[in-house]
Amino acid sequence: MWSYFANPHKFLRLSDWLAPAFYALGAACIAYGLWQGLWVVPKDEYQGGDIMRVMFVHVPAAWLAMASYSALAIASFVWFVWRHELADIAAKAIAPIGAVWTAMCLSTGSIWGKPTWGTWWQWDDARMMSVLFLFFLFLGYMALRAAMDSRQKAARAGAILAMVGAVNIPLIKFSVDLFTSLHQDASVITADGPKMAAVYLTPLLVSAIGHSLLFGGLVMTRMRTEIRQRRIARLHSRELEAL
Amino acid sequence: MNSQAPSLLTGAGLGMIRGERVLFREVCVVVHAGDALLLRGANGAGKTTLLRVLAGLTRPEAGRVTRAAAHHWVGHREGLKPQETPREHLKLWTQAWGSGAETDPVLTRMGLTRPADVAGRYLSAGQRRRTALARLLLEDRPVWLLDEPYTALDADGRKLVDDLIAAHRAMGGAVIAAIHGEAGFAANGDLTL
Amino acid sequence: MSAAPILAAFRQSLVEAWARGAGALLPLGFLGGAAVLVPLGIGSDGEMLKAVGPGIIWVALALASLVTLERIFQSDAEDGTLDLWLQTGAPVSAIAAAKTLAHWLSAGLPLALFSPLLALMFQAEANTALLVNAGLYAIGSLAFFFWGGVGAALSATVRRGGLLISLIALPLYVPTAIFGALAMSGGPGSAGAPLFLAASTLFACAVAPYAMAAALRLAAD
Repeated sequence: MWSYFANPHKFLRLSDWLAPAFYALGAACIAYGLWQGLWVVPKDEYQGGDIMRVMFVHVPAAWLAMASYSALAIASFVWFVWRHELADIAAKAIAPIGAVWTAMCLSTGSIWGKPTWGTWWQWDDARMMSVLFLFFLFLGYMALRAAMDSRQKAARAGAILAMVGAVNIPLIKFSVDLFTSLHQDASVITADGPKMAAVYLTPLLVSAIGHSLLFGGLVMTRMRTEIRQRRIARLHSRELEAL
Repeated sequence: MNSQAPSLLTGAGLGMIRGERVLFREVCVVVHAGDALLLRGANGAGKTTLLRVLAGLTRPEAGRVTRAAAHHWVGHREGLKPQETPREHLKLWTQAWGSGAETDPVLTRMGLTRPADVAGRYLSAGQRRRTALARLLLEDRPVWLLDEPYTALDADGRKLVDDLIAAHRAMGGAVIAAIHGEAGFAANGDLTL
Repeated sequence: MSAAPILAAFRQSLVEAWARGAGALLPLGFLGGAAVLVPLGIGSDGEMLKAVGPGIIWVALALASLVTLERIFQSDAEDGTLDLWLQTGAPVSAIAAAKTLAHWLSAGLPLALFSPLLALMFQAEANTALLVNAGLYAIGSLAFFFWGGVGAALSATVRRGGLLISLIALPLYVPTAIFGALAMSGGPGSAGAPLFLAASTLFACAVAPYAMAAALRLAAD
């Protein structure tokens, strides 16, 4: 059953309708989340006043940053074991988009932090630090793939690095949590967890779903482009051979 | 070719892609004791790649290689460090392969007695090639994979290579060599890529 | 299956590390530079230097590992030596581990052993804690070299791969840096930190060689 997903042709047919659906649904969810976040929900003075509304972008971005690296690692593993080209295409597509969402999380975090606690960056915030290192993992992955001579080598090198990064993430997260838990004088940007009031939770979840759908749509579009680029390259080389 | 004895090395249905270009496909290679197979082709045809596939350095896109015996590899690059002297090079690989061979006789045979203790960066290209080829004498291995063994060698050097190959084949070894131009020994197999 | 290739790789890497850049002198020079430049840069306030000293030494260790590792696999890939190491019949992971260990012994360990001297320059108190710290630096730097080795192996075919190695290695260095600094801080949490440090180094030594082997096979392909 799983090999169904390994077929680029089937993927193209699937994403023909799935990607636009993701975009439409994602836009709707994000619009709802933004409307709720910017106008409807009350502000929380403890979390910084009006600026805390940025959490409707910041928190989903954080979740997506971590989820997308997991997706990257899984795609890399699938490619490494079963050599389905679609898995490599997926990994290659996820990386830059994941990097963007990670950067979005970091910048919204800074934007939140500056008026609230007076600093652009807090070394005590475990999530921000984890996301920062995640950002480096994404950048390293993209840089390594770009530095390789051929498509096949880029796939292999990327897979090795993604898996090494994946096994290190629990360790990195643990060490960062340990580090920040011991330096807990400044309060952290906590905007997740069930203790949050329901009035925030619903728009937050909808926002997160919207971001995920948008992310998925973008990944699918990138994958479609990549599939077509590889086909063009193969046609080109066949043309050259026929000469 | 002598098909009575078991094959020392077999490559079946080998195919390689470089970038998006098919380099070669459905290539079959079989060598038995005493064989010499010449790989021929224009520059970039894939001779080095095929040799690397046979050596196990490069993974083929298609097909597989079955190795029944140990092999020696003398590739395009000599594997000599800039600060390494021929004597040190041979000592290193004697130790790494656990072969216990004496380096002095090998150096003499390869005509490297004078430059034996000169660092790699000061050696001539021919001397470096002789050092690389000297590895062939450190241990007895049935199959020799040679990529352009004549490179940078003078007439004496080429004769040396031919003599080594002849002696090796006489003892039941096999040679697969990528060679540009005239080979000084009589090959019994030819593969053009 | 014999260990001869592994031992030969280890020995040869040791010789090579000493032949190039006069052995341990380059990273030691690095450390010395750190010792002199940092107080010049941040001021000579004794209390502050005492506080930042351990951190500075960790940074110097990390940088020293990146500097030495940059060339270790790249030169092998360039001159055809890697082809020979891949064909010895010994597991490539063992050969990679042997080479990395040799470079650690020639660059990382000496730095760690010199750390008490440096700590004194950073106004640390002269007691047995300095020796304990030297041991912690030794354990931590081993992890730096093994993870950095993965970066170096992946970048073996890349021209000017130094920056790429640093980018790859940076997140992997984080746990060691955190546990190491925590272990020396003497504050809350420093009791368990040395164990975490040792555990993460053990993890590095166990996992990194396989990644290095895969990367080296890729480099030769």
